[in-house]
Amino acid sequence: MLGSLAAAEWLGRLILAAPLALVAITGLAHLWDRKLSETATARLVEAVNVFGLAASLSLLGLMLWSGNTHVTVDLGNWVNIEHFHFHFKLIFDRLSIPFVVLTFALCGTIGAFCERYLHREAGFHRFFMMYALFVLGMILTASAGTIETLFAGWEFVGLSSAFLVAFYHERPSPVRNGLHVWAVYRISDAALLIAAVALHHLTGEGDFDQLLSVHSWPDGEVAQKVTEQQALLVGLLLWLAASGKSALIPFSGWLPRAMEGPTPSSAVFYGALSVHLGAFLLMRFSPLLALSPLLSGIVICSGLATAIFAAMVGRVQTDIKCALIYASLTQVGLIIAEIGMGWDYIPLVHVIGHACLRTLQFLRAPSVLLDSSALENAVGRTLVKTGGGWSTRLPLSWQHRLYAYALDRGGWDAWLNRLLVAPVLIFFRTCDGWERRWTNWLNGLATRPAASHTHHISPPGETP
Amino acid sequence: MTLFSIPWLELTLLLPIIGATFIGRLREPYRARQWACGLSGMALICAQLAWFVTVTPTDAPIVEPRPGSLSQFFGVEVFELDDLSAPLFPLTALIYFVTLLVTLRTKMRRFSFAAALCSLSITLATIACRNHWGIIGLLAGGMVLPYVELRARRQPVRGFVLHMGLCIGLLVLGQFFADREGHRVHSLWAMAPLLGGVLIRSGIVPVHTWLTDLFERASFGTALLFVTPLLGTYAAVRLVVPHAPDWALRSLGLVSLVTAVYASGMALVQVEARRFFCFLFLSHASLVLVGLETLSAIGLTGALCLWISVGLGLTGFGLTLRALESRYGPIRFDDFQGLYDHMPSLAVYYVLTGLACVGFPGTLGFISTELLVDGAVETYPLTGVAVVIAGALNGIAILRTYFILFTGTRHRSSIPLGSRERERYAVLLMAMLILLGGLFPQPGVASRHRVALQLLEERVRTAGDKPHGEKPHGVARAERETLVP
Repeated sequence: MLGSLAAAEWLGRLILAAPLALVAITGLAHLWDRKLSETATARLVEAVNVFGLAASLSLLGLMLWSGNTHVTVDLGNWVNIEHFHFHFKLIFDRLSIPFVVLTFALCGTIGAFCERYLHREAGFHRFFMMYALFVLGMILTASAGTIETLFAGWEFVGLSSAFLVAFYHERPSPVRNGLHVWAVYRISDAALLIAAVALHHLTGEGDFDQLLSVHSWPDGEVAQKVTEQQALLVGLLLWLAASGKSALIPFSGWLPRAMEGPTPSSAVFYGALSVHLGAFLLMRFSPLLALSPLLSGIVICSGLATAIFAAMVGRVQTDIKCALIYASLTQVGLIIAEIGMGWDYIPLVHVIGHACLRTLQFLRAPSVLLDSSALENAVGRTLVKTGGGWSTRLPLSWQHRLYAYALDRGGWDAWLNRLLVAPVLIFFRTCDGWERRWTNWLNGLATRPAASHTHHISPPGETP
Repeated sequence: MTLFSIPWLELTLLLPIIGATFIGRLREPYRARQWACGLSGMALICAQLAWFVTVTPTDAPIVEPRPGSLSQFFGVEVFELDDLSAPLFPLTALIYFVTLLVTLRTKMRRFSFAAALCSLSITLATIACRNHWGIIGLLAGGMVLPYVELRARRQPVRGFVLHMGLCIGLLVLGQFFADREGHRVHSLWAMAPLLGGVLIRSGIVPVHTWLTDLFERASFGTALLFVTPLLGTYAAVRLVVPHAPDWALRSLGLVSLVTAVYASGMALVQVEARRFFCFLFLSHASLVLVGLETLSAIGLTGALCLWISVGLGLTGFGLTLRALESRYGPIRFDDFQGLYDHMPSLAVYYVLTGLACVGFPGTLGFISTELLVDGAVETYPLTGVAVVIAGALNGIAILRTYFILFTGTRHRSSIPLGSRERERYAVLLMAMLILLGGLFPQPGVASRHRVALQLLEERVRTAGDKPHGEKPHGVARAERETLVP
């Protein structure tokens, strides 16, 4: 038994070491401005994913064989001073192991696909640098044993996502969208950081084992020190973080923007893995949801509203990637609602199935016309268009209104811009103008006009 | 003679000043740069050794005054390093060294190397000085060089002179009253002027406009060297924190917090690179002051760690901006520049140093920010929220400017714009320090934690001298949590 435990711990370490090595090698090559060849990069990516997948499958097998559903890999205190410690710990349980296996499997597939898809592309190495950071972020988030470790992984995923959306960076549109994604992620990160600190202060621990009791997921319970009100407060922050990362309304505007990136990255990151991180976070903290019925209600409503909204918007999309991403969002909304209802394994299975299906659909997306023709040739007739359904029973004026609403993607971006972004920017620009006048007066200079703000690129959320 | 008997500190202070007198006579700027780089490099090595000697325990008997030290001439220990100043000393020398190293030919005629070496000497002396009057005098001395440069460039100096004059005047007035009150919690008469002077030097809103003015009118290198060693914060730690009553610290914390959020918002809307950098700097420097105000061991440790992280990160970030400016002239953020293809390594450094400032995981700033937020929440929960908001806005501002500078279009140039070897090595050095500090933070954090405890102890001692037996802010907690076994 002790031998299997030690072996499991070592496998856990290897799971983290694999993407870490990939980040170190590609990152150092970037820092030194010495690029690896395409072949070397491809082999390295393959090796890391195969190694990581083998280690995670072995760990899964070992856990099943030994009946141990909770493997802890203690990597010690990263920082340890009198009243503060940053505990670096990984846990592999019934929630994290499926996510880790899924990450290596899907990222490995995408890595192999990208070797050809991005062959001789100018940003080949840049892509794989960000890809490496993404894989590391996913593994860290999925296997985090403390909320600080989870936060670190969460940030890696956010940064790599923003850069991958802006991958075709010689055009302004992907760059604007990348910035938009980054801005939403920063809000999400801020909410998670505040939640982490709040939890630390409420329970004195950032450690999931202490925070959610020693029982393995999904049987954990919140530490007794946390009251219902405190659970609601922290839960709301976590829900906000999850909403940003999983593009729940009102943050859903970033998801179609993320389709500007290369198709493989759209597939694995926004269609399959990254978009489910919010769901993962809520699943990890499901005992907290169980403590507050109000919080559970909010999560269910938010999930269902997102699912209905995305289903409606997805129907009017005219390009395949956007149609797929809204289909994806519909499922994410349903998964979130399932989590809110207090189910454990159903959302987990839903996530895994959905991620695999959507990856396949995205990877086939560039060939959708070819596939459609092949299908029509095979059946020997034109495919019949389905749909209409309940919407045709609505009055025509309602149909038109709903159509316009869906076409406008709910207008969430404009709404957020008008209510949150624009007032902030107007305030600071006004202050900037006043400051310039003040310094000019102080220096005895003629008042020069405040710098023109009709610039080409605007801060996120603002219409350029 | 052993390593420990050599007066490294004095050597670090004298080398640049002697070098400056020699370099001032050189007419060839290229040679001046070579000499300045060599001398600042030597000063950096001496500063490292001074740090090493200070923090390494030795069995050798302590001889006072130290042989070769300035105390032999003055009769008192004028300059000495303690746990607080020991790492700041080589950090400052490093900031000067890399700034001089990456000064390109295009900037050589506008940037005075002799003045920079003088400034190095004065700044290092300020950090090594614990005497309050000495600190005030050296702060005043350090202000002369930017003033001289502004005059030489025929730029208006009224704003700078007014602010700096007021700063020094207030510090002198406050210290005058402080001396009369002795070693105890200071009264309003002593603390208000001292606090005012520190706030002006730190560029706290609303007395921060001299800083934007300096960045716009002086050379980027001079402005960078004047602000990145965070001498305003140093003055706050030496002159204010140990003797400050509750209201003074709360005021300091509140205005610093407002400045941190305000400056991060302002950074978001700037269209001129120098103003953007200035507000970014202001936001981070204010966060350090916020941490100092929390007066919890964790918050103080976070602030002291952030100090080093900001020094390294913002210097690296400023140097990449300066490297871009040397190629283009003043940079504006009103249109995409698309420079990535010409200078990919500079783009990587820009992101890395920028993210280090906002506390991205894996960089030195990450643990600092965690500690700071933790300490801030412990004191006032809303302070922690505001710190996080400031960090989020800064992060957006940094990536926004990255995208504008390096992406969005394809820049066409008939001349090579890639980074030079010396630029690459300088920024790489900063990047490595940022990453290594982030990956192995324990030694640095432990050292800063020790300093935080010393500061709290000093406040406890000061509180012991306070009439009526009241204990100032943070002391009760310090006694309870950290100092009482």
